[in-house]
Amino acid sequence: MSTSLENAVVEVCASVGNDPSRLMDVARDIQARFGCVSAEAIDGIHKHLGVSRPTVRSLVSFYSFLSEEPKGRIVIRVCDDPVDRLFGYERVQKAFSDELGIPIGGTTPDGAFTLERTACIGMSDHAPAALVNETPVTDLSTDKAREIVAELRAHMSPERLVKKLGDGNNAHPLVRSMVKNHIRKAGPIVLVEHRHREATRKAAAMSPNEVIRAVKAARLRGRGGAGFPTGIKWEMARAAPGPRKFLVCNADEGEPGTFKDRVLLTEFPDRVFAGMTIAGYAIGAKEGILYLRAEYAYLRQFLEDVLARRRAEGFLGKSIAARHSFDFDIRIQMGAGAYVCGEESALLNSCEGLRGDPRNRPPFPAQKGYLGFPTIVNNVETLACVTRILDAGPATFSEYGSKQSAGSKLLSISGDVGMVGVYEVPFGVTLREVLELADGRETQAVQIGGPSGRMVGPADFDRTICYDDLATGGAMVVFGPDRNPIEIARMYMEFFEDESCGFCTPCRVGNGLLRRGLDKVLAGRGEPSDLAQFEEVARTMKATSRCGLGQTSFNPVLSTLTSFRPLFDSLVKEDPKKFRRSFDLEASTQEAARIRTGGAR
Amino acid sequence: MSKPRIATTSLCGCFGCHMSLLDIDERILTLAQLVEFDKSPINDHKDFTARCAVGLIEGGCANAENVHVLRRFREQCDILVSVGDCATMGGIPALRNMIPLEECLREAYVDGPSVFNPEGRIPDDPEIPLLLDKVYPAQEVVRIDYHIPGCPPSADTLWKTLTALLGGTSAELPYELIKYD
Repeated sequence: MSTSLENAVVEVCASVGNDPSRLMDVARDIQARFGCVSAEAIDGIHKHLGVSRPTVRSLVSFYSFLSEEPKGRIVIRVCDDPVDRLFGYERVQKAFSDELGIPIGGTTPDGAFTLERTACIGMSDHAPAALVNETPVTDLSTDKAREIVAELRAHMSPERLVKKLGDGNNAHPLVRSMVKNHIRKAGPIVLVEHRHREATRKAAAMSPNEVIRAVKAARLRGRGGAGFPTGIKWEMARAAPGPRKFLVCNADEGEPGTFKDRVLLTEFPDRVFAGMTIAGYAIGAKEGILYLRAEYAYLRQFLEDVLARRRAEGFLGKSIAARHSFDFDIRIQMGAGAYVCGEESALLNSCEGLRGDPRNRPPFPAQKGYLGFPTIVNNVETLACVTRILDAGPATFSEYGSKQSAGSKLLSISGDVGMVGVYEVPFGVTLREVLELADGRETQAVQIGGPSGRMVGPADFDRTICYDDLATGGAMVVFGPDRNPIEIARMYMEFFEDESCGFCTPCRVGNGLLRRGLDKVLAGRGEPSDLAQFEEVARTMKATSRCGLGQTSFNPVLSTLTSFRPLFDSLVKEDPKKFRRSFDLEASTQEAARIRTGGAR
Repeated sequence: MSKPRIATTSLCGCFGCHMSLLDIDERILTLAQLVEFDKSPINDHKDFTARCAVGLIEGGCANAENVHVLRRFREQCDILVSVGDCATMGGIPALRNMIPLEECLREAYVDGPSVFNPEGRIPDDPEIPLLLDKVYPAQEVVRIDYHIPGCPPSADTLWKTLTALLGGTSAELPYELIKYD
């Protein structure tokens, strides 16, 4: 091993106290310094951190921001999300590709640039967008792509691509990003002035059980999508025995089309951290982790700075708000590009320096989570709500929204609307009202709750956004009259096919089967039995997949099938001879014919 | 009423499923009373003489000829049954699906350690059917009505399925007959 690599590995391992559970940070650091985690580096990490080589290698192969093969000094990741595709991903990607002279996945011979495609980077309001190392570049065009390459060639520093700073904290000296918040509608619950210090002090004056009671009285449910009552979850963790407990904030906002957590973290990090602190107090956790997705690394320094300030102010650390034994601190755990890590048990594995494979449940994280200790994982928005509940009282919170779904919901709206951005709406609002707010005209379909949510057509526009009807983690992608819903469903399935961790067969195979089925239908080679098969595959996936990904990822197909049945029916037909219309004898013998005649490929 | 006709074929399989059919032992006499065999390797009839009630398919499709035969079966039979894992899922031959076709052929005829082929020529007689780019299970080429798993399905499984089909009832296959671990 080269001395510089050896020294770096020793240094990086020492920086995490040679703690094997911090493998993720070590691998990320080595990747950042050397452009890869090479076989040699894996050897070194094995030696100094005491984890087996296959463990390191499987981690490196799992996360898309880590690689064994060297990448360019600058990695351009073009966001390949359905919204980006609708707004010109192909053109932009091709412009990058032409300008750099490399295909997607390629590295320039001089080792300067690597070009990749990546899943949603949380910039659907800025589509098409890309990441240049950690710097988001937004609202791209072919011209901009060419300019970016020319500029980078000249100075090789992605930060200098940012000319015009975004609004609010995007212009903060520690962020300096061109990203805009696009806050379009602020409601009275989350996007309102919070007295986060006051909220923490109030919590400190109460007993942990009283805090839990307040959260229950407010009828707060998880904002990530599943909607589990937050207070009940906390009670479980509080009751679970354990010498240590953990509170984790899930900022792995990877659901395509969601970006509201990005805005919360940019503008209101204090209320998220205060929520974490209060939650930690309630469940008896002294340690908190903010799991920040790799795509949001540009916010990291800023967030670290906020944490430092909170420590200095006495809102993190020992005896918070002068209450003896109210100790709590937060560290930021960076992700490395894996959608499945938004699933809480996969996220915990990721925090422990493992592959982001989901875990079997039970035991639930509240009983046995991070490092085996009782752990609560809450969404960014949920924790911001906690701060509001403590600040304004449970009644203010629960009086807003609908009967079954208290409070407000942040929606990230993108796609074919006049006003993309973040909207805070009361639960119980109809989809039609939301579309009017966002200036969606002649809307044909709305993907609500991200791809694992559902695709609804105009017949459903009078339905309401709440836990009992159209439940959503916040993503809302709007499609205008010229879009083909089946094509969109296909894009989402392609995404799930990529992001399935591959651990369990129903998810690994099922997503591929569905995607191929849609390909068939789109190519006009589908049969009615294919539609029946979609339903059958979905049933199997739902019943037998290991985690929420496979248990819901068929939704784009099923809900599109429900909402746009006539379109599907018009594309499939029976073959009179009962031959498969998808099988093409000529195409499938082409290669053999070429080999036989000795022709060139 | 004339006896129902059945036809069988082995596409890209090993004939093991046909051997398993012969394994029904003396019940083959009962079978002969129940049905008339049409195109089948068992009686060596090369082509259909009449429309059949049931067609049994062993093996998936690896070449153009397999496709023609299978399509002919679909046209000539009321009910088609995939017999065994190769027909249902591609089976062992489908292992080549991971490897590019040219590489497979070179390994088999040119580069393999036991190959003697000084000309380095891959068989190219026009009479040899063209290979497909990969091995397809029968149901990806034509619609299949029933699938019997197994490698091979046991004689009892085949017997029970056949008699049920001929009797117009559904086959009751006990767990032991369809468990393969």
